Amino acid sequence: MAEKDVIYGINGPVVTIRDTRTFSMMEMVYVGDARLVGEVIGINDQLTTIQVYEETTGLKPGDPVFGTGAPMNVLLGPGIIDNIFDGIERPLKAIEETSGSFISRGAAVSALDTEKYWDVTIKVKAGDVLEGGQIYAVCPETAIIEHRFLVPPQISGKVVSVKKNGKYRLHDTIVTIKDDSGEEHALTLCQQWPIRSARPCKNRLPATVPLITGQRVIDTMFPISKGGTAAIPGGFGTGKTMTQHQLAKWCDADIIVYVGCGERGNEMSQVLDEFSELIDPKSGRPMTDRTVLIANTSNMPVAAREASIYTGLTLAEYYRDMGYHVAIMADSTSRWAEALREISGRLEEMPAEEGFPAYLPSRLSEFYERAGRVDTLSGGEGSVTIIGAVSPQGSDFSEPVTQNTKRFTRCFWALDKSLAYARHYPAIHWLNSYSEYFTDLDPWFREHFGDEFIRYRNRITSLLHEESALMEIVKLIGSDVLPDDQKLVIEIAKAIRVGFLQQNAFHADDTFVPLEKQKLMMKAILHLYDKSKRIIAAAIPISRIMELGLFEKLAKMKYDIPNSKPEMFDELMAEMDRALAGISADA
Amino acid sequence: MILDYVGVKEINGSLIVLDGVKGASFEEMVDIRLDNGSVRHGRIVQIEGERVVVQVFEGTKSISLDNTRTRLKARPMELTLSPEIMGRIFNGAGAPVDGLGEVYPVKRANVNGTPMNPVSRVYPRNYINTGISTIDTLMTLIRGQKLPIFSGSGMKHNELAVQIVRQAKIADGEDNKFGIVFAAMGVKNDVADYFRRSFDESGVLSRVVMFLNLANDPIIERTLTPRCALTAAEYLAFECNMHVLVIMTDMTSYAEALREFSSSKGEIPGRKGFPGYLYSDLASLYERAGMIKGSKGSVTQIPILTMPNDDITHPVPDLTGYITEGQIVLDRALEGAGYYPPVSVLPSLSRLMKDGIGKGYTRADHQPLANQLFASYARVQDARSLASVIGEEELSPVDKRYMQFGKLFEQFFVNQGFNENRTIEQSLDLGWKLLSTLPRTELDRVDDALLDEFYITNPDALTFSSFAGHTDDEEEEE
Repeated sequence: MAEKDVIYGINGPVVTIRDTRTFSMMEMVYVGDARLVGEVIGINDQLTTIQVYEETTGLKPGDPVFGTGAPMNVLLGPGIIDNIFDGIERPLKAIEETSGSFISRGAAVSALDTEKYWDVTIKVKAGDVLEGGQIYAVCPETAIIEHRFLVPPQISGKVVSVKKNGKYRLHDTIVTIKDDSGEEHALTLCQQWPIRSARPCKNRLPATVPLITGQRVIDTMFPISKGGTAAIPGGFGTGKTMTQHQLAKWCDADIIVYVGCGERGNEMSQVLDEFSELIDPKSGRPMTDRTVLIANTSNMPVAAREASIYTGLTLAEYYRDMGYHVAIMADSTSRWAEALREISGRLEEMPAEEGFPAYLPSRLSEFYERAGRVDTLSGGEGSVTIIGAVSPQGSDFSEPVTQNTKRFTRCFWALDKSLAYARHYPAIHWLNSYSEYFTDLDPWFREHFGDEFIRYRNRITSLLHEESALMEIVKLIGSDVLPDDQKLVIEIAKAIRVGFLQQNAFHADDTFVPLEKQKLMMKAILHLYDKSKRIIAAAIPISRIMELGLFEKLAKMKYDIPNSKPEMFDELMAEMDRALAGISADA
Repeated sequence: MILDYVGVKEINGSLIVLDGVKGASFEEMVDIRLDNGSVRHGRIVQIEGERVVVQVFEGTKSISLDNTRTRLKARPMELTLSPEIMGRIFNGAGAPVDGLGEVYPVKRANVNGTPMNPVSRVYPRNYINTGISTIDTLMTLIRGQKLPIFSGSGMKHNELAVQIVRQAKIADGEDNKFGIVFAAMGVKNDVADYFRRSFDESGVLSRVVMFLNLANDPIIERTLTPRCALTAAEYLAFECNMHVLVIMTDMTSYAEALREFSSSKGEIPGRKGFPGYLYSDLASLYERAGMIKGSKGSVTQIPILTMPNDDITHPVPDLTGYITEGQIVLDRALEGAGYYPPVSVLPSLSRLMKDGIGKGYTRADHQPLANQLFASYARVQDARSLASVIGEEELSPVDKRYMQFGKLFEQFFVNQGFNENRTIEQSLDLGWKLLSTLPRTELDRVDDALLDEFYITNPDALTFSSFAGHTDDEEEEE
């Protein structure tokens, strides 16, 4: 009888096997008679260590372990969009049908529906030579997303047979190709890909196109490019999740992959509810038509939480290779880092900072480096933008996850507790945040919105910095003693904060603001500032200007002027001019 | 064949190590019979071949290397459930301690539970009216939510919890199907007794299930207490279709028990010595709140935790805040000023509030009013810190108005009687009245239509005595 591999030790989600040479590193395995999914994470001549992605209660020494001979894979094919998976791509809706409202273990369900027929159009003919990554067929996946079937990157060759256009299931062969060595490969509607390896591309492109989010503080102050990386750090209650939701709803990517990594179950059900009700203004279809959800809530097994980030990234890269712009929201990368720490602790590895393993920075950099705008193997252009939330312990940005994330992301949207306390949302602090993409994107903004966009933005920034310096004085002696021109800076900065930076996600118009309106809002603010400054220079007291109520108008212009009526800004500025002319005439 | 394993190989804190054990499964229960006839209970927490580590719930006192016989029970930790558990009192490990005998089992359930499928969750939307102005207006409690109270030693968190239990009304009025599960972890006997008496006085005792692990009870049992309580709550909610409010106090004691257990297992400690998996462990408790499709019931959690040294960045409140859907933070300065409940408004939050209030739930002006109250009260803090430097006299007129607003807000909005039950309309109107003491131009979070409707321009309606008059009657009640 062939010797079976059996469990030796169990400690939480970590299982060991003794004296075996069967397994290779990162191989996917099934543990126990319930066939719980696991992955090999350590091998020496005595012990093979496996992390199990499901609850290990009830496992016994002597229970069998089955190898699969392949690393942890996900299944790629039509049916991913508008679906919700757990951290290892198990479809939660299908699991609900088989095991009810609570997730039982060892649920063996195919990631994608194998019985559904897809309306496939073949794009190649016999005799064509196909390279890895090229498109051989397409089918409509949702009303707005066309699924493009790609030759697996490691395969190339000549097409020997082709099926007719028509309806096929996931595992039906539609094209057969023969490679140089004469081996035939059947191409179906799906393929496998190991989650921890990046999918290849032809070459990377520079970060010169912004990802438009409709959020003023991001688009104007700290923009992100398509294929860029951003971190959103913030203590609890500062609005990380809200910001992620806003970006997922409104950013101009083609496809959104939302990874709820170790977060709240109720939040995921909120996303499900909201996204199916929300209509995408660009396509007129529900948001779910362009969204993939990965939900590994905080009470689901910790090892699967570690994998969920990679699963999400692999799905995102697959759609990138079809030529789509994909944005992936990871909420929260700190939970992922903590999962690493937890597993590392179980393995009794030597801890580095705050108990996190020494390989935390390298894992983080590997993750963020999978973002990028690329020329795909299929000849198109696609991108993966990564936006990761970070939950620093005790809201302390000096902790290891935040600090290392800062090194590998180029946008840092720092959420601030005191802003959140005052319900200033999004609570992205304008002094602590930065975007390194601004210079890369500069030509794009100049081309599409003119030189003044950049000029306005720079002036707004410097006014905010000036205000912060003045506030140091105000905190000590009060604002009454300041000269009028400095008081004006404080007043205009307040208008910028309340009227421009603060944005109301629940207001029909204000939740998404086009760049054109963002520019005009800045213009109106600076218009009032310049005019008032001239009046103050003529020795008219600022209190006279304040009485006019123009600053309140600025604070409310986001509500008063609909997105569709930019011409109303001219009226607003004309009104300012009239009111201000009144007091200069008096003097 | 039932095997007894004689003796133990090693004793370490609350853990014993057995050798030569065959067929043990992970997290299996064991009975440990001592030579003096007493029986203790334990659970397998680690297996390495035939070497098995067992945690003993009642502690290892008087266990020696060879005075025990250990028997494997071939099942994980289970709780006996039936609708009859209502009104009963159990110890931290789920055994009845009220002298009324065993519960006749309708069902047995693993206390660890299984994760709820996110797809099966119903997003919570119905608000619970607690009759407390600060909570109802600014951090509304929603059915199916987990909303902890962050407190400190000596503050009135227990009173607040009791008041919530007594006054909580579900907006759509299905009052008959509610239940309370109370889990005490490492609390003083007086505290447990206070809760029991309060439940009795308000006539809900027959609807309460109590799990008591007092300060002098074994710590291993303490790590099971919330799991037993939540298993009971899930049973009542999802199989008996009840609306269950779970009060768990004190989560800090629970986390400390976990730390003690972890260090005796020799695990690598994380922050402040707590185990690296504290987040996952707390999440496995807190995430058991919610509602599911196909069931009318709900589990709402109000965990109470005392922040050591009132430090909100301590790992327990910190990790809790990342898991729960908001928090109610109590403040010692307010408590010191004699205000009850001493809710510190600015750091408090309810994440589910936005979808459970407003038109159709409370009142259309609720959200903007709450935003404005938060923003204005945040401004009060700026004025106060300025006043502490330059003196109140030197403040600008607007800042003086804010100082006045802050005082009135704390005295009449935050402060309220222990027996005072305010309707949501009363609370909202009081909020508008307070805002009206500020210049209208300062209210930049609400639109003009709302201001036209609610802003009070008549100064006579805003005098100090008009606010004081508002609470005079209630003070007599106390």
